[in-house]
Amino acid sequence: MHELGITQNIVSIVSEYAEGKKVQRILLEVGKLSAIMPDSIQFCFDICSQGTVLEKAKLEILETPGLAVCCQCGTEITLEKPFGKCNCGSTQLNLIAGEELKIKEIEVEELCV
Amino acid sequence: MCVTCGCADDNPKITHPQTGEIVTINSHDRESHHTHSLPDGTVVTHSHSHDTVNNESEIHAKIHHTTISLEQDILAKNNLIAAKNRGWFKGRNILALNLMSSPGAGKTTLLTRTIDDLKNELNISVIEGDQETINDAKKIEKTGCKVVQINTGTGCHLDALMVEKGLQQLNPSLDSVVMIENVGNLVCPALFDLGEQVKVAILSVTEGEDKPIKYPHLFRASDVMIITKIDLLPYVDFDVEKCIEYARQVNPDMRIFQVSAITQEGLDDWYEWLRMGIINEEI
Repeated sequence: MHELGITQNIVSIVSEYAEGKKVQRILLEVGKLSAIMPDSIQFCFDICSQGTVLEKAKLEILETPGLAVCCQCGTEITLEKPFGKCNCGSTQLNLIAGEELKIKEIEVEELCV
Repeated sequence: MCVTCGCADDNPKITHPQTGEIVTINSHDRESHHTHSLPDGTVVTHSHSHDTVNNESEIHAKIHHTTISLEQDILAKNNLIAAKNRGWFKGRNILALNLMSSPGAGKTTLLTRTIDDLKNELNISVIEGDQETINDAKKIEKTGCKVVQINTGTGCHLDALMVEKGLQQLNPSLDSVVMIENVGNLVCPALFDLGEQVKVAILSVTEGEDKPIKYPHLFRASDVMIITKIDLLPYVDFDVEKCIEYARQVNPDMRIFQVSAITQEGLDDWYEWLRMGIINEEI
């Protein structure tokens, strides 16, 4: 549900940076542990981008896998959920990747004479 | 006429003297040598391809695609306002709590009970978040404390801007406690920092004990978990030990209280923690 608000944020941030130029492509980075569903963003994007410079732009989503470091033994563990258990038995994990929610880059149309 | 060199389109011809056959050479078909005699008598020989100029886009304006690297956090705006709110609370020595749960877990009941019981010790005011109605604000108002209601309409959570506006209306006193009752939802509120010092997850025993692992984002983000309605434990199939075990899996550092707002069981621990919170500021 919160993807609608998130997508509205994306449209407003990108519009600001595009400075009126037509946007061709947007690359997002969405961590697998960020509680954001890429499919929902895609769905909301078509609606939110209507009538803006983002309309018909290609939305690409880069999904970053979850990664944590065990606070007890220092082992790196990949995570599918925002919690887990290290082989050493500890559940004290420090998430180091997978919570990203970023606009990485945009591609705009520029007229060159 | 050729636009590159200005040579005439009259193609050179080879005439076979014996047969009289004439062969025309189309010099524009491929890269070839030309010889021009200029008006002053200079003879220039050069080569170029005539094919390239046939592409009209090359002589017109061209549309380029420029990639701009942003690396912009999508929630940056919310986080910035949340940071402002946090500073606002700190400057007034206000302890702000963000209470989150599914609808019907007993947030408002626990809140009215807490306000009534601590009325003489702590100055508590409330920001109520619901999609619609001012029913909860009216319930809180009966306790005599200051309250504002935020109706999010279609929104499924409170955000930092709503809280900022709510605080302007609420105008809480110095050295007090602000309870922010989020919209009943175990998913979205986890993502939005409001500027509170403490996030509190509330779970009632009429729900499943596996809620902490079913909705790990919210329980992981919370500092405190309150299990409510424990007076109903004899009547429901809720394993408290299992629930705590699940909660610890998701968040090993979480502080856990078990309370009943009806029988008052367990409330003292919760109150003691609140009193300490306002003295220590940082919990």
